[in-house]
Amino acid sequence: MSVIVLAEHTQGSFKKKTFEAVQYAAAIAKETGTTATAVVLGTVDDGAMAQLGSYGAQKVLHISDARLDQLHTRAYTKVLAAAAEKEGAKVIVALHDVTGKAVAPRLAARLKAGMVAGAVSYPDLSKGFVIKKGVFAGKGFAYVNITSEVKVITLMPNTFQVQKTEGTATVEKLDVSFDDKDFSTQVKEVNKVTGTVPLAEAELVVSGGRGLKGPENWHILEDLAGSLGAALACSRPVADSHWRPHHEHVGQTGGTIRPNLYVAVGISGAIQHLAGVNGSKTIVVINKDPEAPFFKAADYGVVGDAMEIVPKLTEAVKKFKAAHS
Amino acid sequence: MKILVCISQVPDTTTKIAFSDNNTKFNTAGVTMIINPYDEWYALVRALELKETGAASAVHLITVGKAEAEPVMRKALALGGDEAIRIDTDSNDPYAVAAQIAAYAKNENYDLVLCGKESIDYNNGVTGAMLAEMLDMNYIGFATKLDISGTTATVNREIEGGEEVDTATLPLVVSCQKGMSEARIPNMRGIMAARTKPLKVVAPAEVAAVSEIVSYELPPAKTGVKMFDADNMDALVAALHSEAKVI
Repeated sequence: MSVIVLAEHTQGSFKKKTFEAVQYAAAIAKETGTTATAVVLGTVDDGAMAQLGSYGAQKVLHISDARLDQLHTRAYTKVLAAAAEKEGAKVIVALHDVTGKAVAPRLAARLKAGMVAGAVSYPDLSKGFVIKKGVFAGKGFAYVNITSEVKVITLMPNTFQVQKTEGTATVEKLDVSFDDKDFSTQVKEVNKVTGTVPLAEAELVVSGGRGLKGPENWHILEDLAGSLGAALACSRPVADSHWRPHHEHVGQTGGTIRPNLYVAVGISGAIQHLAGVNGSKTIVVINKDPEAPFFKAADYGVVGDAMEIVPKLTEAVKKFKAAHS
Repeated sequence: MKILVCISQVPDTTTKIAFSDNNTKFNTAGVTMIINPYDEWYALVRALELKETGAASAVHLITVGKAEAEPVMRKALALGGDEAIRIDTDSNDPYAVAAQIAAYAKNENYDLVLCGKESIDYNNGVTGAMLAEMLDMNYIGFATKLDISGTTATVNREIEGGEEVDTATLPLVVSCQKGMSEARIPNMRGIMAARTKPLKVVAPAEVAAVSEIVSYELPPAKTGVKMFDADNMDALVAALHSEAKVI
């Protein structure tokens, strides 16, 4: 039987979100009376894979073909379908991130499986196979029942606390035969922004809006983000004015994020912006307008000039960090 | 080169979301429907640009929806495109929607299928990849740039913490997002022309749904904001640590 989980890695190492996906798959496996099997594609050493046992995987199926170090959706789909067949899996889990979103739907189509994209709960088996997911860009939630025999789920990262336990997974080789078509997309160039926390997986985010007046003032947010170890984000007008790159835009037509802490500076809180960020666990709003709608969606607020408040907050964070390190 | 653009109709971004019938239905009363922004601003406009530069010979638009989806399709035709297709059924099951589009597209020999990275109503973002599998095409998701030369596409796509440049052979499905093109506003000539462009209504294929939405709920309301004085940031940091437990 078993529950299959795609265990993504970055150049051979697993990130927290992968542990979260493995833990999620293991919990579903336990609930359905079976075990979780992680599928690892590409170059990773056995020791690293055995670690996945600490998050509940009983077995790892590894296919070491180095071509799989890069995403090829056809090849990835073929591997996961082969793993599911080998294990007789009825549930397949991936992350709701750029890789999972490219592969899981393709797999669902191949297996004629119902799919929940962006799950934020475990399946409720008392009502069928019902999973909660965000809809209307965070303005609501839907409970979706998967009615097919095989089920595919992409889990929204940062949904559950990750807990390490005792356990080691056994690693087995998986053999899949490919043809040229499986690798018919080629990577020509990779441009990574270095030295910053990727926004999609950041636990802490500092975000700026038009209230900052111009890109020359962003250094105060960079300092605050630096002191917290946070990623930077921005509102749509800021990205549209090219003050900041488009990939930092969060909101209904930008990225949807759900960090533990979202600090919004000089953002009024239009409904479209709130939609992309209101899944954040704690929201701090700094705005000079006490009537800004964002205060209604906030947990903590400060009214005043960002240029004065943000440096003070940065100092307070540094002081706190120094005392707690 | 023949392009198919997938269009979804969604509530306007300013819509206040409400549910009816004991939270089992999205309440559409008073809601204005628009073309899904990712489908319009990026997928459709890029398809039109490819036709304008001579890379594409035809741009077809497709949607899965009942008659109420037609005004949105006319608006899409006002931006451009040669013909629109409406598959006359409605579904919240993403597999069924993709299967309907695939059933039509498989006889049309499209070289390129473009869709938005996700619809802003159900936020699944799965149609493109599902279509690629059903039509046996290559797939690249979250594209910010797309160029075609002969039968090869060069695509920039978002990766974790950066961007990657890929090449892929046609036929290809691409899901599009910000960066791909600049939004356009339909002009009067486009609006007039759209009235007479073909909008074909196609009977749905036999497709069984594999998921269903059982109910909806609104996010929990915030209990109220706690205000801090601008001169007391230490207190805010202390609250973030001991109360919110986020630092």
